[in-house]
Amino acid sequence: MATTKHTLVALVEDKPGVLNRMASLFRRRGFNIESIAVGHSEIPHLSRMTIVVDGTTTMVEQVRKQLDKVIDVVRVSDITSDNLIARELALIKVKATSSTRNEIMQIVDIFRANIVDVGSDSVTVEVTGDKEKVDSLFNLLRGFGIKELTRTGRIAMPRGVSSPLRVEKESHKTRAKRQKA
Amino acid sequence: MKMTGAQILCESMVREGVEVIFGILGGAVLPLYDTLPQYPQLRHILVRHEQGAAHAADGYARATGKVGVCMATSGPGATNLVTGIANAHLDSSPMVAITGQVARPFIGKDAFQEVDITGITLPITKHNYLVLDAGSIARTVKEAFHLARSGRPGPVLIDIPRDVFIEEAEFHYPSKVDLPSYKPTLQGHPAQIKKAAKLINEARQPTIIAGRGVIISRAYAELKHLAETAQIPVITTLLGIGCFPESHILSFGMLGMHGMAYANMAVSAADVIIAIGMRFDDRATAKVSGFAPNAHVIHIDIDPTEIGKNVRVDVPIVGDVKVVLEELNKLITPAEHIAWVKQLDDWRKEHPSTVIRDSEGLLPQFVIRKIYEVTKGEAIIATGVGQNQMWAAQHYWYDKPNSLISSGGLGTMGFGLPASIGIKIGCPDNTVWCVDGDGGFQMTIQELATIAQEKVAVKIAIINNGYLGMVRQWQELFYGKRYVATPLSGPDYVKIAEAYGIPGLRVKHKEEVVPAIEQAMAEQGPFLIDFVVEPEENIYPMVPPGASLSEVMEEPEPKVLSDSAKLPTSNI
Repeated sequence: MATTKHTLVALVEDKPGVLNRMASLFRRRGFNIESIAVGHSEIPHLSRMTIVVDGTTTMVEQVRKQLDKVIDVVRVSDITSDNLIARELALIKVKATSSTRNEIMQIVDIFRANIVDVGSDSVTVEVTGDKEKVDSLFNLLRGFGIKELTRTGRIAMPRGVSSPLRVEKESHKTRAKRQKA
Repeated sequence: MKMTGAQILCESMVREGVEVIFGILGGAVLPLYDTLPQYPQLRHILVRHEQGAAHAADGYARATGKVGVCMATSGPGATNLVTGIANAHLDSSPMVAITGQVARPFIGKDAFQEVDITGITLPITKHNYLVLDAGSIARTVKEAFHLARSGRPGPVLIDIPRDVFIEEAEFHYPSKVDLPSYKPTLQGHPAQIKKAAKLINEARQPTIIAGRGVIISRAYAELKHLAETAQIPVITTLLGIGCFPESHILSFGMLGMHGMAYANMAVSAADVIIAIGMRFDDRATAKVSGFAPNAHVIHIDIDPTEIGKNVRVDVPIVGDVKVVLEELNKLITPAEHIAWVKQLDDWRKEHPSTVIRDSEGLLPQFVIRKIYEVTKGEAIIATGVGQNQMWAAQHYWYDKPNSLISSGGLGTMGFGLPASIGIKIGCPDNTVWCVDGDGGFQMTIQELATIAQEKVAVKIAIINNGYLGMVRQWQELFYGKRYVATPLSGPDYVKIAEAYGIPGLRVKHKEEVVPAIEQAMAEQGPFLIDFVVEPEENIYPMVPPGASLSEVMEEPEPKVLSDSAKLPTSNI
């Protein structure tokens, strides 16, 4: 069966060890993660994770269910087939001399990326976009010599108003209040 | 009301109905043990190795259906629990393990007897906690017991630093658990149940495979109703044994690597498989591509991750077995399946699988059969792992749930003896036999001291063949009879028992078997019998590794019915 990249979005309790629980699961069951990105969500005490997994549909469904089984995970959805917005951010430090700097700036402009730092022999480019955009900018800059690259991995959400993970927001809010009290 | 962390923990356990704790103390849990005498409701059983504590708690949990509790100190105490926790995890046994941890200021400093036990047990617990303040203990205990016993049960570990036991906090026991991220699905999807009913009602050769989920959910009546209404043969997994009376006319034994030949044939020929509360373990399915090749598979399980994990499923139903079966039974039309049941009966007559051949020497099967006869099938049998376990599964007949207690998923040698302690303490009115091999018995032999100290009246049958028998069998059949590291010496078990203050006997001949078992039964307290059996006896039937269920190897020699070999069921 053909493998494809799936985007999973998980809402998880913001507790120590949650990332470890999930990462351990991937390792133990031999699932292949392409990227994982975590940060706060709109709900206090809950974080939202975007995980990109490579695998067959059956395998990814098993991954999703296994993640959902982790007690600190509130919910996991495979949003691959949804109409989704997906972005990733990259910082690229490129070799730059006085003769190439202008050309680099033009390319950066075309991609609506930014130069965020300039050194004597390099410039650092910040780019946001989907994977393809980041990849093609990277490929164009490669010719100048890449000194350093760092990427955040994909973050994603479905378009429109209804997010599959807007669940139990209220119960979490009241719980947060109670815990404070 | 202010209390110390240790008092809060004890109070909370009392509220959860804990009656017995299996454990060993040490530095980190000393403040907790110092508090225990204030709570006489909590009986503490001192074991001789923490692995024994975990297995005893596991045995207690399986026999009673309550949550088993084990306790250990930090570091080596905690790591010694690991095998027992993993065992409970794989067999879905409800357990709470409490470990001491070094004091908070020492955590992460590689302090004396410090180990990251929450990290270590991450993949072998349903959930675990490191409690960092006394005020969180009550809520944590409430959650831990809820998680351990609900949904698909499993072990939960609570790690508590030494100074948290001493810290004071307000005690308030929560009336409800607050776990919005944990909601096991109990109700099956009605459309799926309808589909399943349609398949069952149209089936010509339906077969039920019932697992431990039936026992956990206590769905015995519902299973029986389904089987009897539509006249569907019932086959069980190893851990499902007893969920359906084995003397029932529709009971056709256990499937799998050492399952009955007729059970494996039935599964292979079925057109609809109704898998209930089981997880298609590789020892049960044999080669997956050859498993039930002609069947539509209906899979009922509370754990969604089990659906479609190993075997393709046509109708998945996630839910509690009892709840789902209640709904399903409403849609089942009475049927007879006379030809199919007759076919299975014929297979059973042609391949009886549980006949004991005549032999001069003492056969292990014969020993198990005699224990069955003397106990009238009413004992709870705890087993080790290996040949002894399979003989105990095949040659004793189990009519009641939880009457066979065995390490299935992890296959932990050494489980039998400590488990039998937990079982007997949980069910003091039942006769409890521990059937173990000489290999496994030596792995937890130290628990004889626990049995003697606590006067636990378990009866112990060592099936002593002087080998790690199951592995020797594989060496005989698949490794050119090269018996590498399987010949096994042992002590004089009768003298060992005597040294611990436990009476015992050695049995070498057939005619001594029944009197010895009767003597063990007559004894008030514990009793050990060392059965010195034929050393190279093999366990059959066997599905060789890598083969399909339909490729059963049966006992090669011609079988002669010995006078003891009576089939328990009155066949059609």
